[in-house]
Amino acid sequence: MSLKDVKHIVLVLSGKGGVGKSSVTTQLALTLSLKGHSVGVLDVDLTGPSIPRFFGIENEKVRQAPGGWIPVPVHAAQNGHGRTNGNGDAAHTNGLAKVHGSLACMSLGFLLGDRGDAVVWRGPKKTAMVRQFLSDVLWGSLDYLLIDTPPGTSDEHISLVETLLKEATLEQMAGAVIVTTPQAISISDVKKEINFCRKTGVNILGVIENMAGFVCPNCSECTNVFSKGGGQVMAQEFDVPFMGSLPIDPMFIRLIEEGKKPVYPEGTVIDGQAMQTNGHADSDEAETAGLLVEKYTACSLYPLFDGMVTQLLSKIEP
Amino acid sequence: MKRGLPEKRPITNVGKVIAVSSAKGGVGKSTVAVNLALAAARQGITTGILDTDIYGPSIPTLLNLEGMEPDLDPNNRLLPLTAYGVKAMSIGFLIPQDSPVAWRGLMVQKAMNQLLFEVSWPKLDLLILDMPPGTGDVQLTITQSIELAGAVIVSTPQDLALRDAVRGVDLFKKVGVSILGMVQNMSTFTCTNCGHHHDIFGLDGVRKKCDQLGIKLLGDIPLHARICHDADAGKPTVVADPDGPQAQAFHELIKAVGKTVGLP
Repeated sequence: MSLKDVKHIVLVLSGKGGVGKSSVTTQLALTLSLKGHSVGVLDVDLTGPSIPRFFGIENEKVRQAPGGWIPVPVHAAQNGHGRTNGNGDAAHTNGLAKVHGSLACMSLGFLLGDRGDAVVWRGPKKTAMVRQFLSDVLWGSLDYLLIDTPPGTSDEHISLVETLLKEATLEQMAGAVIVTTPQAISISDVKKEINFCRKTGVNILGVIENMAGFVCPNCSECTNVFSKGGGQVMAQEFDVPFMGSLPIDPMFIRLIEEGKKPVYPEGTVIDGQAMQTNGHADSDEAETAGLLVEKYTACSLYPLFDGMVTQLLSKIEP
Repeated sequence: MKRGLPEKRPITNVGKVIAVSSAKGGVGKSTVAVNLALAAARQGITTGILDTDIYGPSIPTLLNLEGMEPDLDPNNRLLPLTAYGVKAMSIGFLIPQDSPVAWRGLMVQKAMNQLLFEVSWPKLDLLILDMPPGTGDVQLTITQSIELAGAVIVSTPQDLALRDAVRGVDLFKKVGVSILGMVQNMSTFTCTNCGHHHDIFGLDGVRKKCDQLGIKLLGDIPLHARICHDADAGKPTVVADPDGPQAQAFHELIKAVGKTVGLP
């Protein structure tokens, strides 16, 4: 059974589309990897598989072994065997290679002929695909398997939870992280997702509120473009842990779309850590050089994710 | 039981049907659909809006109709609710708000058929369909069951959204529905404090994609905290700020679309 050497499985859910599930999954994966864990990411969004794009491995093909599909590697383990050495802290060596665990991913995106092809499938076909992704991928030995889902509570989700409850043990099922944006329309859809988890017995690890505010790089005024506060209020109302709020960071978008290392204006301080103060763009090669996981440490969202992942780890591995 | 593809049927009393779609979630389909419907109504076109998002119906919140239940007419068909001069129907009116709709494809198909054919619409010039994200059962059922005058694809400028939007375009091409054009949503953000422009989600990605695919760019809607704020309050921009630039953008959009499909 391909999931048997996976230690912890975390689902990333949201009732609402476009709140940043794939972004959050990507960043959780990178942050866990930076803490020295070996991570796998399964992208179960069959009609909009975004994960390969996030990791910059869109043009890779999936290789097949006698036992099943081999997940596409994003980066190999660095300085170690993909495990932590005690406290699991990433070594900040300022520019030199950082310690990180291995990261691999599987998505329908790799199996499509043309990236622009529409995958127009009805339920039963999607159900079968999800089952195959869970049983026929050779994940090997992983500390964490993150599963990125499409919006809603449809075939993919039902078959995902069904198959996991059958194939994985209760110790392996760490639970679900729910992503929302602060606005009312998102909150009302996310409430459904919380109830779905409750009905199906999936443990809710916490709620992350994404796109909570945009800070103008020019004048530092924070505008709540998608309203504010909804996530925390809802978490309290439903008695689920609130993991934190994330602002909109155009530098993260730039990192994913163009591969450029995030740079911030002079004096930007996030969470007590001074961000890269080099306000001038480096040459194109210098900017895009290096692994995604290393460039990500310069992003303002990384310290926030570091905090959230530390919280998560203390819950999952007490 | 008759096998094969369902035959397309017209919806009683309804003129043109336009789908507002995007394979990507969270780009603003519902917000755009609602504001388009309201703009059309204000231009004298009798309009209705049908929320086909079974899993995450947003129309009740956007039109301040949350918690309302529709009545049935003498033929046991659903009577649409009214808000701001527009008729509306959504599964959100039929199911308690916090309950998840965890249904498999077949049930979704049946529910879709009911929403399409068993709603007692008054005479409408235009029916706008707010489509859900993705390219699955709902999209297939709709395109196979009714005649669509056209589809408007909404996207944000970023590459990630566009890649999925392109699938939406591909889907409609595959089933032979004409693409009226694309709308670039959440384009530029102008800081209310210092007036600086920020292209948070990338610059003009939709415009470039339209040029690439040979599709019309119907409109460009900037990111403005007000649009979300008004939407959350159940009073969409066209109603809350009818003379503002955002409302103007929606009016221009419906005029452009109306000309192409032949609205009065």
